[in-house]
Amino acid sequence: MDEKPPDPPVNPLTGLPGQETRSLGGIWQAPGSFAASGRGPRLFGGGGRRATAVSVVSTVVVLAILVVIFLRAPGSSQVRHTFFDPRDMWQSFIGNPKKGYYSVGEAIWLNIRMFLAAEVLILILALVLALIRQSSSPVLFPLRVLSLVYVDFFRGVPLLLVIYAIGFGLPALRLPLVSSQPYAVYGVVALVLSYSAYVSEVYRAGLNSVHRSQVAAARSLGLSQATTLRYVILPQAVRNIIPPLLNDFISLQKDTALVGVLGAIEANQAAQIYASTVFNYSSFTVAAILFLILTIPLARFTDRLIDRDRRRRLAGATQ
Amino acid sequence: MSRDRPPAGGSGAGLPAEAIRIEGLHKSFGTNEVLKGIDLSVAAHEVICLIGASGSGKSTLLRCINLLEPIAAGRISLLGHEVTGEGIDENLVRRYVGIVFQSYNLFPHMNVLRNVTLAPVKALGMPKAEAQAQARELLSRFGLLDKESEYPDRLSGGQQQRVAIVRALAMRPQIMLLDEVTSALDPELVAEVLDVIRELAAGGMTMLIATHEMGFARDIAGRVCFLEDGQIVEDAPPAQLFTSPRDERTQRFLRRIVDAGRL
Repeated sequence: MDEKPPDPPVNPLTGLPGQETRSLGGIWQAPGSFAASGRGPRLFGGGGRRATAVSVVSTVVVLAILVVIFLRAPGSSQVRHTFFDPRDMWQSFIGNPKKGYYSVGEAIWLNIRMFLAAEVLILILALVLALIRQSSSPVLFPLRVLSLVYVDFFRGVPLLLVIYAIGFGLPALRLPLVSSQPYAVYGVVALVLSYSAYVSEVYRAGLNSVHRSQVAAARSLGLSQATTLRYVILPQAVRNIIPPLLNDFISLQKDTALVGVLGAIEANQAAQIYASTVFNYSSFTVAAILFLILTIPLARFTDRLIDRDRRRRLAGATQ
Repeated sequence: MSRDRPPAGGSGAGLPAEAIRIEGLHKSFGTNEVLKGIDLSVAAHEVICLIGASGSGKSTLLRCINLLEPIAAGRISLLGHEVTGEGIDENLVRRYVGIVFQSYNLFPHMNVLRNVTLAPVKALGMPKAEAQAQARELLSRFGLLDKESEYPDRLSGGQQQRVAIVRALAMRPQIMLLDEVTSALDPELVAEVLDVIRELAAGGMTMLIATHEMGFARDIAGRVCFLEDGQIVEDAPPAQLFTSPRDERTQRFLRRIVDAGRL
């Protein structure tokens, strides 16, 4: 583990190690400690005017240094032209079929659609996998082994290889229906196969986080196993795993870009086509910006949920 | 082996004279034998307190009666029907036997009203409106009506435990098992929970109560059983057991309790 600073300040009100109301200069805050605002460690300080001023100044200085390094680099002007040319960025964003390239701005919709479809399917498949692995019935033993093998396999194989295998393998089988889908569908199948293995482990952690006494309480009231699972265990389990679940979905959003290797015109692929047509990489910058616009709100939302959860737990603990 | 089920007539059907009958009950966790041959008979409307040191098997006995723990050997009959054996619908049995735990175990994601109505609606198929009306009636009887939309973490321990008792009562059980229901409470909150139990006893509820509250046991119980090492060492009316215990082990236990100032 990382080394701890000596003697964290002790909050005089609670006696807990934590930020003292006035210790504004401290750069270290005990994890799980709470500033006077009653909130967890915050990105934007939260400690009065002087702290705000300090963080603004340090941010400006750091940014300025980075910009200067970038501008003074020997190859700076080429890089700026190749990656940040405003005209190329706009051209790739709106696209021009006559000149042979697609709109990155339009292609991102395919990423969004693949993400949404995959997300729903992953949530369902992963739950089924987790429930099978948590089951104790001897009848389900073969299924338990299968789901274990499944999870091990798809967590171990790189997503890119799964996409290739599904995207080129299924069409090659020349089966009716199965082999004649658009590439985006194969992409979604591959994403679902791979991600549900991860997400099932998240679910499993959530199921394990619900105390056994809750099961005893529910069963003792005459509730069946299924009813207990549905109304007592799952709601608590899901509540506990929302942050890691959202975390996985943030990376799922990005990984939809990998489906481009099959030839599906999603944002990354559209940018690639622009780059090889016009010989300018600004299209990739556009794609990156679009992905950021998608993922940052989800990331901030996750942070807020984690924060809210922690405050709720603190409130519960002091009762 | 009888496959009979408890009568489905509800509380109006009247109780058989013998509510609980336990014969030669053995229970082990792995190699650790926790119950070593328990025999116990509880008549209808009788209140029996189980006392004994922690680890003597009181809780395990109650959990076995509720079928929360599989048993190694012996028989348990409830309301005249054997419930240990093949083909028993444990969910059906549990409708007749309520249990309340030391740690309340309320459902933290549901408010008080939903905690109380969940089982009647989902296990008995009671219409929601009826379940809510019944829940409100029980809650108001135990002074909790104003808490119906609170979540458990906003309640005191005493309030939570009273809700847990109401939740068990909402299934209209004919037998209540109370497992050290005041042990996790702050001392000033114990009385409000004991009052609830006294009221249940006055209403004629058959109860088996594991407790460390010796004064309460002396007060409320028709019989007191002292457990040690997985066996019932002594089974006597409280006046006799607390004043002139016959068995040497009971005497030793009570002396320790008195020395600790708890009697």
